[in-house]
Amino acid sequence: MTNHYIDMRNSDCILIMGSNAAEHHPMAFKWMLKARERGATLIHVDPRYTRTSARCDYHVPLRSGTDIAFLGGMINYILQHNLYFKEYVLNYTNASFIIGKDYTFNNGLFSGYDAGKRKYDKATWVLEKNEKGVSKRDMTLSDPRCVFQMMKKHYSRYNLDKVSSITGVSRENLLKVYKAYSATTGPHKAGTECYALGWTHHSVGSQNIRTMSIIQLLLGNMGIAGGGINAMRGEPNVQGSTDQAILYNILPGYLKMPSASCDTLEHYLKKYTPESKDPQSANYYQNYPKFFVSFLKSLYDNKGTKENNFGYDWLPKLEDGKHYSTMHMFDKMYEGKIKGYFCVGADTAVSTPNTTKVRKAMQNLDWLVGENIFNNETYEFWRGPGVDPKKIKTECFLLPAVATMEKEGSQSNSGRMIQWKYKAAQAPGDGLPVGEIEIKIFAAVKKLYQKEGGPNAAAITSLYWDYLDSNGHFDALKVSKRLNGVFLKDTVIEDKVKKTTTLYKKGQCVPGFGNLQLDGSTASGNWVHSGSFLADGTNLMARRGKDDPTGLGIYPNWAYVWPVNRRIMYNRASCDINGKPYNPKRNILEWKGDKWVGDVPDGPWPPLADKEKGKLPFIMKTDGVASLFGPGMVDGPFPEHYEPLEGPLAKNPLSGQLINPAIEIFKSDLDKVERASEKFPYVCTTYSCTEHWCTGALTRWQAWLLEAMPAAYMEIGDTLAAEKGIKNGERIKVSSVRGSVTCVAMVTKRFKPFTIEGKTVHQVGMPFNYGWLFPKDTKDDSTNFLTPTVGDANTFCPEYKAFMVNVEKA
Amino acid sequence: MNNNTEIVKLIDTTLCSACRGCQVACKQWNEMPGLPTKQTGSYQNPPDLQWNTWTLIRFKEYEDKDKNFTWIFRKDGCMHCTNASCVKVCPSGALYYTPIKTVGVNREKCIGCKECISACPFEIPKYDSKTDKVYKCDLCYSRIKENLPPACVKSCLNGALSIGPKDEMIKKAYAKVEKLGGDANVYGDKFVGGTHVIYVLQFKPEVYDKMPVDPKVSKTLFIWKDLLKPLSLLAAGGVIGGSLLHYVLHGPHRPHPEHMEDDKKQGGV
Repeated sequence: MTNHYIDMRNSDCILIMGSNAAEHHPMAFKWMLKARERGATLIHVDPRYTRTSARCDYHVPLRSGTDIAFLGGMINYILQHNLYFKEYVLNYTNASFIIGKDYTFNNGLFSGYDAGKRKYDKATWVLEKNEKGVSKRDMTLSDPRCVFQMMKKHYSRYNLDKVSSITGVSRENLLKVYKAYSATTGPHKAGTECYALGWTHHSVGSQNIRTMSIIQLLLGNMGIAGGGINAMRGEPNVQGSTDQAILYNILPGYLKMPSASCDTLEHYLKKYTPESKDPQSANYYQNYPKFFVSFLKSLYDNKGTKENNFGYDWLPKLEDGKHYSTMHMFDKMYEGKIKGYFCVGADTAVSTPNTTKVRKAMQNLDWLVGENIFNNETYEFWRGPGVDPKKIKTECFLLPAVATMEKEGSQSNSGRMIQWKYKAAQAPGDGLPVGEIEIKIFAAVKKLYQKEGGPNAAAITSLYWDYLDSNGHFDALKVSKRLNGVFLKDTVIEDKVKKTTTLYKKGQCVPGFGNLQLDGSTASGNWVHSGSFLADGTNLMARRGKDDPTGLGIYPNWAYVWPVNRRIMYNRASCDINGKPYNPKRNILEWKGDKWVGDVPDGPWPPLADKEKGKLPFIMKTDGVASLFGPGMVDGPFPEHYEPLEGPLAKNPLSGQLINPAIEIFKSDLDKVERASEKFPYVCTTYSCTEHWCTGALTRWQAWLLEAMPAAYMEIGDTLAAEKGIKNGERIKVSSVRGSVTCVAMVTKRFKPFTIEGKTVHQVGMPFNYGWLFPKDTKDDSTNFLTPTVGDANTFCPEYKAFMVNVEKA
Repeated sequence: MNNNTEIVKLIDTTLCSACRGCQVACKQWNEMPGLPTKQTGSYQNPPDLQWNTWTLIRFKEYEDKDKNFTWIFRKDGCMHCTNASCVKVCPSGALYYTPIKTVGVNREKCIGCKECISACPFEIPKYDSKTDKVYKCDLCYSRIKENLPPACVKSCLNGALSIGPKDEMIKKAYAKVEKLGGDANVYGDKFVGGTHVIYVLQFKPEVYDKMPVDPKVSKTLFIWKDLLKPLSLLAAGGVIGGSLLHYVLHGPHRPHPEHMEDDKKQGGV
């Protein structure tokens, strides 16, 4: 998140949309309730009335997959009623920039679309520059081609009637939310938005969030206390997984995974190092090469030299235009192209969409290695329902891992806070931390490559691999220090601001990424972690200081927040161009004399009014300002409502483009889709419950938790249940074109029918926490038998939350 | 809060999000098992308080007369009455008043008579046939003795559960009710001598499941324990006392001479 959990209590209005915070982020919800105690309004927008709704000021139901329509309507409302924070928008966003003359938007498609490839060429999505190479601007915001006017035109189509017809939200409720939330505009109010998987689990997931970012920028809510975009991560440490890049397309610290066309280090760095000619833009990513070279050095140490491009050539490369998400992996596995599979701390036979395809795919494996604290459906796939073990040739291993309290290490929460924690209990039996399992397996692989050679053997034999302690066990501190960064030789660092020079000895920790070097003299596995240790090795993540000088919940000496212990990102936007806080009552940062006082400033540079040395506040953006027009997305620079891959409508009410034009369509025989069909007439969403953790692979073994939530259920509105003669508690069958499951019907008032384009559309929902393996005698199996293999166009986060089903008595 | 302060636990239902943290924390502290249950179309599980479930979140979907919908959550459990029917009726002293005026449980003394189950106006104590004993919340007396909050209170993230000196907590409850307005009310301080578990309710008590509107110590119980029992003890004592007096005054009972011929005529051997 841009802000942090405790900061939520500083907000005046909290929009919980794309989240069921009370049920799944209870610690976060605690802070939201504290905001409410102070007089804040809590709004819950969700297809279903949940335990969160009960504790908010009000609940607004909307059809799954229509968030962009809802939020687009809010943008329209804000612009039509001139509710935007003008000074903020002018100075800190690209509202005044001029969009290139070849950019168009027509009937649901942006310029540059290749329908055959389902891909955009973004060449026309540019902002015009003047002869100095700096972006042209119209500070009156009246030029018809300026971002502001183009955006206003784009969202003028999202009028109340249209939005109501798409989302199923009444005009009255739309206005209620728009009014309440846009009241956080201006210098003295703060609004924040909290989302989780309710927004990301869609084929338009990234754009859901982008739309809200636009709203937050228009209202001046970015960079301030009680504001921001608060992604709530957690189950299962999504923050740690994205920071450390357990994802195919990024490297630790959100560096880019190289593609084959970046054939040299030089070529790669040129592609990903942005340039800005604007003297007031800090363009901090110009330091990208220092982060990347330091990353390579962390892998290859002294085997990576300037001569061999620090080992860049050894790195595996993505095939241009190809993707390797979990869904892609199972697609290739289904084709028989993947022979071995490590399934670590996961239960993909229950959690990945289209379970039939996933489990069939696994039958093609030669070997499977599991690392987990319990057994689960994935590791038992070879004797699951309908599988004859005699026909399965896969060799299966299950290595016992240890639980979180049974090992030392760091834990990152959504507030980018990295907290060090210690081992509290000894794990039973032979269990080892997953880190240790990985290190030892790879040490053995390295030895084999050294002995036998192989393709690209140097990539493996050259690896620096010293991560065990003197007893041969995983050394969390060693790994952590390597992520932070170390000086590989004696280095003198000059601090021009403080006017000091410091000598760091070889082996000392790098005290912040500002010290990372381009010449290969520093190694850092994850530049955003850099600074979590002091040069002398003091572990800042282990701090537990309870002082809060601003009174706004910043607690600067509690653990370590990346980057550089900054709690609120873009915090210089909380001040005007003279560095005076917009809201003196929520002063997290102020320019006093010659320095910033408060939270760690997002860039030490003076405020904008200093024409010589001042810098714009959004320092990680090339232009230094935040993007209303955002060409970084693959599916459009302005968010646009598209229907889910499989939805109730045959036509998009807003344009001729029904589904997201940039999403990948999977084509195996098991990738069936049936939209706008009488056979599968109900919109279905899936979710978790408080009592279980993801697939239930950990929690179904816990008697106390299973007692509270023993088995799968589908929540069905009482109107629909009455129509179908379904009684509360009876067993029902739920099916999609891809598969079916049975479960217990939970007839409830908490799902009400929607009126969409003049027709009644029912929505139902069920949790995904159950599988066939446990408890014994369960009649349940994976809810993902129902879901389609499709994901967001940018991230491939699967569309678990909007697809079509039928429901009948079992 | 020392060991002898009269304490009250406050359940503010308007802050509860029914996470069941308290339901599980109670089981963990008291080493009560989780038993197999069935999904019957409700989040409420187990369906009722049990010998192994001393606190339970009750769920209710409620639509008021204006069709405003609320999903109501209420944490159920022992009310720890000042005038506790269960203590009154317990023959063995297994149920007793602690120094902090809560109702403690000494299961070793429980004889499984189940009188407390019939007596409790809130239907709290539950029986286990395997151990032949009755179980209920004891407000974590073992923790409070050590200056720790009850397990449920500790686990509550939202602050729906809090504990403190009686007057302070009652004051806190009324302040919240005033802030809420409408039908909001405090439940517990006005009956059975005042309970040591009180609620802030959003709606009138009749709206909630298993929440008696006017709970009392039953009259029959009063008559039995406060009148008949002392009288019967008195009577029993009188019989023993009278017999002793008779012995002292008249000596042991011997057959009267005039009756001995009668006995012979009846042919008693």
